[in-house]
Amino acid sequence: MAGGGGRIFSPPPPSKLVRCVWRILFSKMASNPYFSLTVLFVAAVAFVLAPLALARAWAKVFSPAKPNAVKNAIYECGLVSKGDAWMQFHSGYYLYAIIFLVFDVESVFLLPFAVAFSGLGAAACAAMLVFVLLLVEGLAWAWAKGVLTWG
Amino acid sequence: MDEALKTELGRQGIFVTTLEELYNWGRRSSLWPMQFGLACCAIEMIATTMARYDLARFGGEVFRPSPRQADLMIVSGTVTKKMAPAVVRLYNQMAEPRYVIAMGACAISGGPFKQGYNVLKGIDRYIPVDVCIPGCPPRPEALIHAFMTLQKKIDGQPLTGEGRPRHLDAGARGEFPVPVYGEHDLEPASNPGVWSAPKVKR
Repeated sequence: MAGGGGRIFSPPPPSKLVRCVWRILFSKMASNPYFSLTVLFVAAVAFVLAPLALARAWAKVFSPAKPNAVKNAIYECGLVSKGDAWMQFHSGYYLYAIIFLVFDVESVFLLPFAVAFSGLGAAACAAMLVFVLLLVEGLAWAWAKGVLTWG
Repeated sequence: MDEALKTELGRQGIFVTTLEELYNWGRRSSLWPMQFGLACCAIEMIATTMARYDLARFGGEVFRPSPRQADLMIVSGTVTKKMAPAVVRLYNQMAEPRYVIAMGACAISGGPFKQGYNVLKGIDRYIPVDVCIPGCPPRPEALIHAFMTLQKKIDGQPLTGEGRPRHLDAGARGEFPVPVYGEHDLEPASNPGVWSAPKVKR
């Protein structure tokens, strides 16, 4: 074979700076307890970004966008639509938002507190009590307004 | 690539394909029709989606209510002149790539009601039709055959070059003008870019 028979080709040694950076970043690579987590995080981000990048590249190369007035018009079963499709929600729905806050979001916050309860001090208990009382005020108001009764 | 080489490699467990084949396979195996039934042919279309003649096996599982989410419009039934603007508008609102199956005699040419004053003599006067199914109404097996014919057509569409489909061609027209339900007839009576009256030799 031409070019020095028997000599194994090896890449040129990396510069001092590169070797320094490599050592700093990956000196305790495999033994670090968070290493696998980093790998999984990078994989998750790549899993999200790769299809988006591929779709964009495909659109640029093969499949151009072709918008026109009728295509972008608001859909109303084939009829011409008057006005915008964005409508304001009725303000009476705020009651449902308050009830949801009281029953759902509060219980979500109470669950980890209940699990870690025995290890926490009195200050944490007081802070949680303030939180619960704030939401109880919302519950009392909804109760007084008669929202909790059927019919 | 040579077919014999392909099969030989396949026997060894190596799968070889081209980007074009993969793209077309993905497109034809998940053709989502739009919920669009006009008349009696719609009943046969519904029967095709149900248990006995299951269309879901061919990829037409979900019939989308919105044209934005559909690839295929099965025009099943008589298209009246009052409904024609809505049909063309819905076709325009579908996202590319989009295909049309004219199911039944009425959608192809007006059918048994051709002499009706309000019957549009074929939806291909306004929108390009890919597959026609003759019949009044065609049996569910005929609709499945049309589906498979459309799948074969999609398989043969190239990715680049002259014969590439409309959605890959930036210069090809994407908007089909919507007719207006005028006083006596639809205005315009047909779309000259899509349909021209057959010349009768007497």
